[in-house]
Amino acid sequence: MDMVTARHYEERLQEEYLEGKQPAFDISAGPIPGELHLAAGHEASGAGVCQHLREGDTVTAPHRPHHVAIAKGVDLKRMTAEIFGRETGLGKGKGGHMHLFDPDVHFACSGIIAQGCPPAAGAGLAAKKRNSDSVAVAFLGEGAIEQGGFLESLNFAAVHNLPVVFVIEDNDWAISMPKERVTDVENGSQRAGGFDMPGVRVDHDDAVAVYEAAGDAIGRARDRNGPTLLEVQVHRRMGHFMGDPQTYRPDEDQEAAAARDSIERLTEDLRAAGLDDATLEELRSDAHERVEEAIEWAKEQPEPEPEAAHEDMWVNPPSGVTDTEPEFDLAGGEE
Amino acid sequence: MAETIDRELTMSRAMVEAIATEMRENDEVFYMGEDVADYGGIFDSTEGLREEFGYDRVMDVPISETAYLGAAVGAAQEGMRPIAELMFVDFFGVAMDQIYNQMAKNTYMSGGNVSVPMVLTAAVGGTYNDAAQHSQTLYGTFSHLPGMKIVVPSTAYEAKGLMHNAIRDDDPVMYMFHKRLMGIGWMPAPDGPKTPVPETDYAIPFGSADVKREGEDVTIVTLGLHVHRALEAAESLAADGVDAEVIDLRSLVPLDTETVVASVEKTGNLVVVDEDYQSYGVTGEIIASVAEESLGALDSVERLALPDVPIPYARPLENEVIPDAADIETAAKRTQ
Repeated sequence: MDMVTARHYEERLQEEYLEGKQPAFDISAGPIPGELHLAAGHEASGAGVCQHLREGDTVTAPHRPHHVAIAKGVDLKRMTAEIFGRETGLGKGKGGHMHLFDPDVHFACSGIIAQGCPPAAGAGLAAKKRNSDSVAVAFLGEGAIEQGGFLESLNFAAVHNLPVVFVIEDNDWAISMPKERVTDVENGSQRAGGFDMPGVRVDHDDAVAVYEAAGDAIGRARDRNGPTLLEVQVHRRMGHFMGDPQTYRPDEDQEAAAARDSIERLTEDLRAAGLDDATLEELRSDAHERVEEAIEWAKEQPEPEPEAAHEDMWVNPPSGVTDTEPEFDLAGGEE
Repeated sequence: MAETIDRELTMSRAMVEAIATEMRENDEVFYMGEDVADYGGIFDSTEGLREEFGYDRVMDVPISETAYLGAAVGAAQEGMRPIAELMFVDFFGVAMDQIYNQMAKNTYMSGGNVSVPMVLTAAVGGTYNDAAQHSQTLYGTFSHLPGMKIVVPSTAYEAKGLMHNAIRDDDPVMYMFHKRLMGIGWMPAPDGPKTPVPETDYAIPFGSADVKREGEDVTIVTLGLHVHRALEAAESLAADGVDAEVIDLRSLVPLDTETVVASVEKTGNLVVVDEDYQSYGVTGEIIASVAEESLGALDSVERLALPDVPIPYARPLENEVIPDAADIETAAKRTQ
């Protein structure tokens, strides 16, 4: 369900995004302004992992976050309103699609490569200190595995035995850079070996296989047995961002990505397990309906008032918890 | 009738006292940094805390500033109240993303739905020949970037009161303590930062500059170590018949423009003294703020800051670039 929702969501956002950007592509025109990184082809990862998570478990997602947010249970209407830059969006229109925060379900994003890893380690640290059985999951792309923020976080989580799972979504491409040109390891999961933690790779975007591997990793974290590095082969069905001409990417690779479809695979698995077509169709139409409702709702929401740009800098007053200078007679005096 | 205080503490003891008090009252407060447990902080910022609170709450961490500052952001977003230390502010370069893109922006980007109640402590400043990578204050660098409250104590009294407010605040606070003021055995402090400190806990509001010396002829605005150098200059100036008012900003974000403007409207003359680089920095910001508010009040303006060179090592070279009391005195006289 989350996978179908996520796929349809991305396809619908693509349509909405391109509106007003024809014939000449102007990134800031149309109902959805700015960059848009869609995750079509990544669904198995988000859904397979997040199925194991509870509301109080923390997830950080990178610049391509929608499928993870949907799987984690982020409020779809308010998330969509945020992407459309509306007042009732998750961040009141201040964050946008790369910076989605829903503290109700402990979900946060960072648009900077690998920089969601340290805060996820911090959420794991908080769980450990509070002696709770919550876990934290950091999602990242395979292009992030050369980043210091990722490697430092692996070490930090390992040395403090934190309940954290790092999930590499390997879609083979860091924008225009194929992974074999930037790293000598065959798989990102091999990085785990340097930090004495398990490194597991799911070599095909099969939601059931991801679910099983993630179950082990998250169970390990919940049982206080430390972090795991999990890598999932996914594929990028669209450009890095909308408007990406993908001239660097061979046609065969794009065709191969289009042919590999985790949703079709799961559908076949479910059929084989005895689910009838009517039930599958109902799931699909429910998912589509949910997406349409969210988009419709979002588009009806007001844009923020310009003056609101000056708000939300602080949670407390600028002066902190007091605005009153204490009165003491400092004998001998500071003056 | 205000309580009379005569117990004196060094700045480091006052800072630690505030941290220890908050840690006793709230299990969710903890300290993370390099060499903060057994060593007690290279600049005595955590002296004695590990003995009372143990390794879980006074955590030594790997030399991985991105990881542990980011972990503080993550723990703070979960509602804990971490204090994370940059041993030298100069080390921000390896971890700046977590500071200015995560810690400082997540509240705003979430429309105020996420709070990041953490304190980032950092040792700042020169005057002890540690050269270009270990002597900066970088006051302007951090104050320029929105989303962090920036506080700079100049005495033990301020160190304690500002730390209480910093830990209790639900917003991220950067607490920049000057090494020369801490009262470390191997780095003697000048007279001044060791002050009477109330044993009770108290919070000093941010954005409230303190008039450290009242005067009629010239306003000297400064912070940190240079509060003491300005006070020393003011004594010399007084001997020459120039009555200087010395204002300690105490916080750069928020900035108490009101106190500065009121003083300049009285004296007509403004000298701003900073231990950061001159261009695009604190001195220009203060002068511009006064000019915007009260241009007519300004008869003369002077600024003293580090010339735009990295801080040199050798003693005569470092002394040349960091303003001293004589430089302040000369600048103040030029306004008369």
